Amino acid sequence: MAEIELSSLAHSYHASPSAPDDYAIRQMNHVWEQGGAYALLGPSGCGKSTLLNIISGLLSPSEGHVLFDGKEVNHLSPAERNIAQVFQFPVVYDTMTVYDNLAFPLTNLGKDKASIDQRVREIAAALELDSDLMRKANNLSADDKQKVSMGRGLVRDDVSAILLDEPLTVIDPSLKWKLRRQLKRLHQQFNITMVLVTHDQLEASTFADKIAVMYQGQIVQNGSPQELFEQPAHTFVGYFIGSPGMNFIEVSLDNGCANFGELWVPLDASVYSAAVKLSSQQIKLGIRPEFVRLYEQFKEGTFEARVTNVENLGAYKIVTIELAGKRLKARIEEDDWVPTDRVYVEFPLQWLKVYADDYLVTVA
Amino acid sequence: MSLTLNNVSRAVNGVAHIDDVSMSFSAGSFNVLLGRTLSGKTSLMRLMAGLDKPDSGQILMHGEDLSGVPVQRRNVSMVYQQFINYPHLSVFDNIASPLRVAGKPASVVNRKVKEIASLLHIEEFLTRMPLDLSGGQQQRTAMARALVKDASLILFDEPLVNLDYKLREELRTELRELFKESKTVVVYATTEPGEALALGGVTSLLHQGQMIQSGAAHEVYSQPDNMIAAELFSEPSLNMLEASDYQHPVGKLLSIRPEHVALSAYQENDLKLDLIVDVAEISGSETFLHMRKQDQQQQQILARLRGVHHHQSGDLVTVYFPQSKLFCFDADGNTLVNDSKQGQRKANNTSSKVSTVAILENSSEAITDG
Repeated sequence: MAEIELSSLAHSYHASPSAPDDYAIRQMNHVWEQGGAYALLGPSGCGKSTLLNIISGLLSPSEGHVLFDGKEVNHLSPAERNIAQVFQFPVVYDTMTVYDNLAFPLTNLGKDKASIDQRVREIAAALELDSDLMRKANNLSADDKQKVSMGRGLVRDDVSAILLDEPLTVIDPSLKWKLRRQLKRLHQQFNITMVLVTHDQLEASTFADKIAVMYQGQIVQNGSPQELFEQPAHTFVGYFIGSPGMNFIEVSLDNGCANFGELWVPLDASVYSAAVKLSSQQIKLGIRPEFVRLYEQFKEGTFEARVTNVENLGAYKIVTIELAGKRLKARIEEDDWVPTDRVYVEFPLQWLKVYADDYLVTVA
Repeated sequence: MSLTLNNVSRAVNGVAHIDDVSMSFSAGSFNVLLGRTLSGKTSLMRLMAGLDKPDSGQILMHGEDLSGVPVQRRNVSMVYQQFINYPHLSVFDNIASPLRVAGKPASVVNRKVKEIASLLHIEEFLTRMPLDLSGGQQQRTAMARALVKDASLILFDEPLVNLDYKLREELRTELRELFKESKTVVVYATTEPGEALALGGVTSLLHQGQMIQSGAAHEVYSQPDNMIAAELFSEPSLNMLEASDYQHPVGKLLSIRPEHVALSAYQENDLKLDLIVDVAEISGSETFLHMRKQDQQQQQILARLRGVHHHQSGDLVTVYFPQSKLFCFDADGNTLVNDSKQGQRKANNTSSKVSTVAILENSSEAITDG
């Protein structure tokens, strides 16, 4: 079991990279502490698989260091690093029983039968595979096969960490909930550093205490699910977390306000002055659909807008509005008043964020 | 064109894959098949496409039985979960292939390929090879090929399942836009209730090869005919409540969706239950609170709450079940509907809560089977 540290790490698939775009991983420093539950979240092509392969040793980084418990492991092979990896598609030995599949890594290590048996049963119980131990793996459903794959990753108690690469992709949605909780329980029970790679925000947030959001080869924010939702540090986090993502409007700063079209939206004074000082190329106003408030009647601090679409999503609705030529989305609850034509919009100051060149403007 | 299935059944090795399904799809309609893995979605689509033949029943296109017509001569396109493209052909040639097979002149091919590529935002990749593209771009290419030939029936078999959820969001919206003005019959299979709602249109629920309910997506969501229908349209799963905890007619089953369980009272007549917290999963915008009854390990109640609610394992909480959100089933799992409740639902009147109370408090006389 180990702490994983990435120090000045960068990777390029080019022989002599020059521009930042040549890098699949742009230079980064990052630490995953021993025993933590982490997620690496990002769209396909963001570099998360590259990073995972660097940690497991399948790929050698072009710059920087990978350290386990402070010791550099760059030169170690995947086997020597003692990393267990679970992949997107289940990897099981079809002709073997569930029991033998789970026991396989331990048998390879030459462990004695009694200790193998104890460990296999312990893992099987945690994954609710106890009653399937004697079944042939090829008779299992895709979900159960994936559980066996996970179990094989967990069965060795000497692994430094477990890396899970989109392990729930093939799982039926109704079972994902259950499997996610089993994964969480396994983590708590066995106190192993676990890094879950996923493009699914719900998967990441319900499993991990901390989520690193990757975008264009960089970790743009590393925080709790709540931080990522309430204080997105980068416009990409605002967009990627949440469904639909954050609303962004390009604005200019003027007289304590954010201006777009004919509209002046008052900003928090300290945020305003911090943003002005940054002399950035581009200023955006950001607010999540969940925080946009809609009213039937005008009241102080609201703006008149036009409703262009209402999407009924069961327990809630997404209302699209047009405000000074910009489109925004607002979420309303199932039983809320449903606007049809004209609506008055409020942006609560607490949830109104300002982004300078895509990074959140913060006040010290 | 319209598509009609009359009492269609098909079994493979004695196992019923499709069991007496009757459905009809009108021209220009957007239809969603919602069901679990192995519920028969793919089997049904293969029958519609003519890839398989039904053992019994009829499949009619504009009223004409197509059983004998080979697949190539039917005007059908299908998009699969896996991104299927010709790896040795450029994106342009991939999209052009159905038009070339149909013998269209080069000028038409050129114009139509560019048109459809621009709709799907892949114009800039036309000269590239499919395998050099991202998953989303590959699937857009496959979709473009399905769309380019103006098929009268397009079948989408979980086309977005292998993509980022953000890409899914985008493509879903695009798909709806694409077919807004079209006369094509679209059938889209998914396992996800949220996707069915987001796509809108007509949702048909498939369960063990049978079609168990069909209607406008949000209507099927809010008025399921039976427990299975309610469950298929619930993610996460329905909470089943125990009869003995409440005064309601014996032999009736009560359930509620996680998104309707509340931590504060909604109305005075809410049902209440004291529970212990197992774990709180905080997604940022929502909290999934897993709870159970004090004396029980098994029965779990899950609340999907808006916002962040911090709770430790072992915390005691009181949860509220608003009457208007409860589903009440008879012993066979059929939804019990009070006439006044249904009437009020249609009027979109929030006071419909009153009527469910009648279901719970009155004797079974007040209840008519739905």
